[in-house]
Amino acid sequence: MSARDDILGRIDRIAPPRDAAGIAASYAAIDRSYLRRHHEDGILDLFAERVADYRAGVRRVTSGELPGAVAAALAARPGTHAVPGGLPAAWLADADPVLLTRDPAVADLDGLAGAVTGCAAAIAETGTIVLDHGPGQGPRALSLVPDYHLIVVTAEQVAADVPEALERLDPRRPLTFVSGPSATSDIELSRVEGVHGPRTLEVLLVS
Amino acid sequence: MPAFPEAARRAVADTRLRHNLAHATGTIRGRREAAVAELDDWQALREAGRQIKDHVLADLGHYLRLLEERVTEAGGTVHWARDAAEANRIVADLVKATGETEVVKVKSMATQEIGLNEALAEEGITAYETDLAELIVQLGHDRPSHILVPAIHRNRADIRDIFRREMPDAPAGLSDSPAELAEAARRHLRAKFLSAKVAVSGVNFAVADTGTLVVLESEGNGRMCLTLPETLISVMGVEKLVPSWRDLEVFLQTLPRSSTAERMNPYTSTWTGISPGDGPRDFHLVLLDNGRTATLADEVGRQALRCIRCSACLNVCPVYSRAGGHAYGSPYPGPIGAILSPQIRGIGSPVDASLPYASSLCGACFEACPVAIDIPEVLVHLRARAVESSRKHPMERAVMGIAGWTLRSPARLGMAQRAASASRWVVGRGGRIRRLPGPLKAWTDTRDAPAPPRESFRAWWARTDGGRNEEGGK
Ligand code: SF4
Repeated sequence: MSARDDILGRIDRIAPPRDAAGIAASYAAIDRSYLRRHHEDGILDLFAERVADYRAGVRRVTSGELPGAVAAALAARPGTHAVPGGLPAAWLADADPVLLTRDPAVADLDGLAGAVTGCAAAIAETGTIVLDHGPGQGPRALSLVPDYHLIVVTAEQVAADVPEALERLDPRRPLTFVSGPSATSDIELSRVEGVHGPRTLEVLLVS
Repeated sequence: MPAFPEAARRAVADTRLRHNLAHATGTIRGRREAAVAELDDWQALREAGRQIKDHVLADLGHYLRLLEERVTEAGGTVHWARDAAEANRIVADLVKATGETEVVKVKSMATQEIGLNEALAEEGITAYETDLAELIVQLGHDRPSHILVPAIHRNRADIRDIFRREMPDAPAGLSDSPAELAEAARRHLRAKFLSAKVAVSGVNFAVADTGTLVVLESEGNGRMCLTLPETLISVMGVEKLVPSWRDLEVFLQTLPRSSTAERMNPYTSTWTGISPGDGPRDFHLVLLDNGRTATLADEVGRQALRCIRCSACLNVCPVYSRAGGHAYGSPYPGPIGAILSPQIRGIGSPVDASLPYASSLCGACFEACPVAIDIPEVLVHLRARAVESSRKHPMERAVMGIAGWTLRSPARLGMAQRAASASRWVVGRGGRIRRLPGPLKAWTDTRDAPAPPRESFRAWWARTDGGRNEEGGK
């Protein structure tokens, strides 16, 4: 007998299979009296505060201020920065084109100073930003290998809480939830930023 | 491998180990309490988590078939393994088929459980652990002692010595500052990440109706392994399922707060099969039984399969914080190890027969558990089984010696009493316990046991300022 049939056979003997309606009814009966959101107002302030709690840089800007803020952030870090296809051209209007490389090959990422991306959603309660690696976000390696990651988050992308954010995301896409820079507490529980991922995370919140 | 009492006696005599452990578990415990207190619906989240996991276990066959179908549709390949040897065989063959002799690994309890690194080594394949703590353990030719912080028993000086001795590219004059040590590890592993063709990971959650897999981590080594290599092989226990995407809303709230005491861990990656142009080209999922169906068959013990490996129960356990993780003789230490290991391995060996006694039954683990596993109930149940299987049991007295330490320490006793009051739900109307579990049942069959007080004396004293203010407050 194959391992598959063997294992499923054992399980079916212990927990005899129910019909689809029975399973659906049992699933629907799960008590979900937890809150769908923990906060009603001040979501953007809360998000900024919680991102800062992870020792990430966070700045609130208007859409008019955004190009200047992106340019200043990149200029402050010497080297070339990765820019994914689909990133709105206006965001980079003030940035020095010499500092940018578009859609670099994964093999070239290690030598770069940083990367600029957008995101798919954000969570105020936990200070989390979610990338679905669609247009303007690049493949997963782009936001991982360079030592610096600048993320632009727009106000309408910020959900109050985890349940609301998950509803907005498509699980068929690869997703990366980012909460602060790479960190470890493996040595005597002292927090050290950036073991393997970007050591510095900066967030520009546009509203 | 010595049985628990013997191993624990040795660990307790090691002052440095005890100091490292006490510091670490005490710190995490305090932070976790604060993180949990932030969510005023914590108990509701915990109850939902418990029910979701119980639902999956009740319909496990259905959900495993669904997962298999969805992962396959998304371009992955699903394998099934009855036991450790079969799982190791599958992984080794997959690695060999790529022509590679090295793999990078994300920290995973399942691959430790099956001894994958050792099995691969026998086939001439080198597995590199990439989590900092696992790297410390691997370079130190050591065993992990904690689910979440496997090198918790090592201090910074130990780690510096290990790196200087075992890491060929460690910088000359490496100091013991955590930042410098982490930097050395970063440099050491970067070349491996960028050249590795095959990665092996575990899985925190698998979403049955979308075929999505989820890994939570902090350092980014997980992201590196999950996305840079061409082939990804993930090994998961058959119980790691949730029915659908929305169920993650519960566990993404409870797992980080329970384990690292953070609102959210730095990185969570999800993937569904393969995504052309982004990440691995080839994805394999190995579904592992290895004693899980036997555990499912035990109606009291099966709740151990709800475990999401957060390690909260370790940090609150007076026995663990004293004896350390190695004493449990299994990849799963602490209270969860005491109930999971004897169930998945069977109670045949002296180590496994002794594990149900590795507890003072104070109840703190139950209170901390984000999926409400009643660990004391399962311990008592397994003790009954251990006693049945070996009439004379010298283990019990020795372990009670360790428990005695709990009862002598005022702080630990306070913790235990708070926990006992919190588990008053077993108490029937009229403040009597109607029925005790396991072998004590016979006693309560004919009489009621008095219930633990609603509030312990120590809690009452603290609340009322020694009785000066009965209403409480300061
Ligand atoms: S038993 Fe509960 S507290 Fe312990 S590791 Fe598992 S989920 Fe966490």
